Amino acid sequence: MSSLLVLAIVIAIGVVAFFIGRQRAAAHDNGAVKPHSRAHYHGWWAFLLAVLPAVLLLAVWTIGSSFYLDRHIRAALPERTADSKVASEALDVSLVKSLAKGLRKLDADTALPATFAELQPPLAAKGVALASDTQDYMIPIAVEANAVQSRLGLFGAVITLALSIAGAFYALRQIAPRARARNNVEKLMLWGLLAASTIAILTTVGIVLSMLFQTITFFESVSPMGFFFGTVWDPRFAAAGSGGSQGQFGLIPLLAGTLYIALVALVVAVPVGLMSAVYMAEYASPRVRSVVKPALELLAGIPTIVYGIFAVVTLGPFLRDLSAALTGGSPFIQGQSIFTAGLVMGIMLIPVVSSLSDDIITAVPRAMRDGSLGLGATRSETIKRVILPAALPGIVGAILLTASRAIGETMIVVLAAGVAANLTVNPFEAMTTITVKIVNQLTGDLEFNSPQTLVAFALGLTLFVLTLVMNIVALYIVRKYREQYE
Amino acid sequence: MNIMTEQSLENAVGEKMSAKSNEVIKMRGDKVGVFYGEKQALFDVNLDVRLNQVTALIGPSGCGKSTFLRCLNRMNDTIDSARVTGKITLDEEDIYDKSIDVVELRARVGMVFQKPNPFPKSIYENVAYGPRIHGLAKRKADMDQVVESSLKKAAIWNEVKDRLQEPGTGLSGGQQQRLCIARAIAVSPEVILMDEPCSALDPIATARVEELIDELRQNYTIVIVTHSMQQAARVSQRTAMFHLGYLVEEGATDKMFTNPDDQRTQDYITGRFG
Repeated sequence: MSSLLVLAIVIAIGVVAFFIGRQRAAAHDNGAVKPHSRAHYHGWWAFLLAVLPAVLLLAVWTIGSSFYLDRHIRAALPERTADSKVASEALDVSLVKSLAKGLRKLDADTALPATFAELQPPLAAKGVALASDTQDYMIPIAVEANAVQSRLGLFGAVITLALSIAGAFYALRQIAPRARARNNVEKLMLWGLLAASTIAILTTVGIVLSMLFQTITFFESVSPMGFFFGTVWDPRFAAAGSGGSQGQFGLIPLLAGTLYIALVALVVAVPVGLMSAVYMAEYASPRVRSVVKPALELLAGIPTIVYGIFAVVTLGPFLRDLSAALTGGSPFIQGQSIFTAGLVMGIMLIPVVSSLSDDIITAVPRAMRDGSLGLGATRSETIKRVILPAALPGIVGAILLTASRAIGETMIVVLAAGVAANLTVNPFEAMTTITVKIVNQLTGDLEFNSPQTLVAFALGLTLFVLTLVMNIVALYIVRKYREQYE
Repeated sequence: MNIMTEQSLENAVGEKMSAKSNEVIKMRGDKVGVFYGEKQALFDVNLDVRLNQVTALIGPSGCGKSTFLRCLNRMNDTIDSARVTGKITLDEEDIYDKSIDVVELRARVGMVFQKPNPFPKSIYENVAYGPRIHGLAKRKADMDQVVESSLKKAAIWNEVKDRLQEPGTGLSGGQQQRLCIARAIAVSPEVILMDEPCSALDPIATARVEELIDELRQNYTIVIVTHSMQQAARVSQRTAMFHLGYLVEEGATDKMFTNPDDQRTQDYITGRFG
């Protein structure tokens, strides 16, 4: 019996339990004792007791039986020797599994052929394609595995359904006028919400840990000093795996490129975004606002790779040709440059700055504006001297949030900034960023345990810490600002 | 009980009788009407504001008294949907005329709001804000002088002189309101508009501010909106009663509180409605 079917039956039991529970509880409504919980709480409690433990059991059983099956197959396989035809034991197991899956589609009453060569045509007729290194000895093992699996599945289904029915009965038997079904349901709700918020945190922890372990492996072959303070980035792809020369993994050029491009982006995005926010919050009539604001936010909805294509196909060549025309000869702006990438990234960030600052400026109380205007200040004096200073902490927070987006941005820089790890101050030359190098190191067919690949995790962790710190500072500032008007 | 209250009210009014000053018209509203979008909030109000007197605007909530007050320094301009008809003059000049600059007008007709609204700056900077914008004090010493005299006139100097650099938002409610009055005074306005200046204050702070209003009358013309009948009787020389967007009655405060012409005024001040 498949897990999905079992799940459906469990839910059906739960629904039935809900209705029975509600009806039974409703019968107490006009009794002598005032019911503690309303009838539908009893129904929900019965539903939850029927469904939740059973579903948990089903999940555990499914995972457990898959492990058991793996071990079973592994034990049945012949001893591995030097001349085994299959590359690894894991591959052996997965071949058996896919064979077993194919066999399940065949009609049960036809006799099984003993060799793979004979088995292939009927399987192919059913639309099952199998790897050609499936061996003859696997066929009986696969048949046996199928038998074990169906036994496990049946047993699991039976105990799951039994648990579900038991839960429903237990809950239904509890129904009494003073039974606290409402409190039980509320408590379960609380746990459910807690679990949902824990998932996000646990995922973050998981991501950090996985990067951390790979990073530690990386630092076994490259010294942290050489990584964090090295000024040369030369991972030597050609030499990878051949031993001896490992290449140099200096973070400094990448970090400098990342910060430089982010800086250019902020120089573009912050003044434009801030001014458009001031216009939107203070000057624009509701009609203009209702058109311009969504249009600006549309800019935020464009996928960043589209910005990247725009930068590399249109803006980059345009700036290069423009600079060539200006000097009358060789262009001083390269096709891929810090300037181009920063400019395009800045355009991408304008709506982020403007929408965050707009909220903050609008949050400055009207009393502040009135007070200033009532003293004979003009609108722009009011903005400059009262509103912006009052909103400043919030705006700084918004800029920091924007900066961390700029640092983490990938697609634009992959296309527009170039891959050369230079250290330069000239904004018209190419520089590369941490994110670009992560993409570069992980694409290609290098072995996964070489430092050339593992460095991507060290870079990712660095990036993570960098943006995390900025976000924490930004949130701290924003929160402090919020308290000011409460 | 009732007789006692009326007696004390009359006493308060009696004191004001002696304080009758010259009768120069400082501001004049002529058939003033205000629309918020399609809705008319004020109808044909004719009201004079006399020099160096306190004019109180009273009436139940939503009667248009704050709306009228905000017309006097064109604060209604900041509300997009608001439209003003009729004519309002300051020293015989139409303040809604094209030749009048609204910024200049607001420097001459200052405003104190219902809720104390000091800027999130230091006490000194709060007071210096107006003079700085209008370039009233060129040197630091002049500015210090302006700040000190404004705070003194607002009767708050002694409380804050040792902490001028601390934020204005850290003061108590009553102190904040007096700081806002000092801020308004600092630009040397001719008229000060006060929109329920004591409604967010406790009785003691209210008494301080009322005392202050009476002192300020020597140098400024004051228009005050208030919900408190006692306050109107205590601080004002003239009272105007608004109801449902119309000016019901206007006259000397003592007459208004003892012998009003209109039945609605009678009902309102004796607490029968409102």
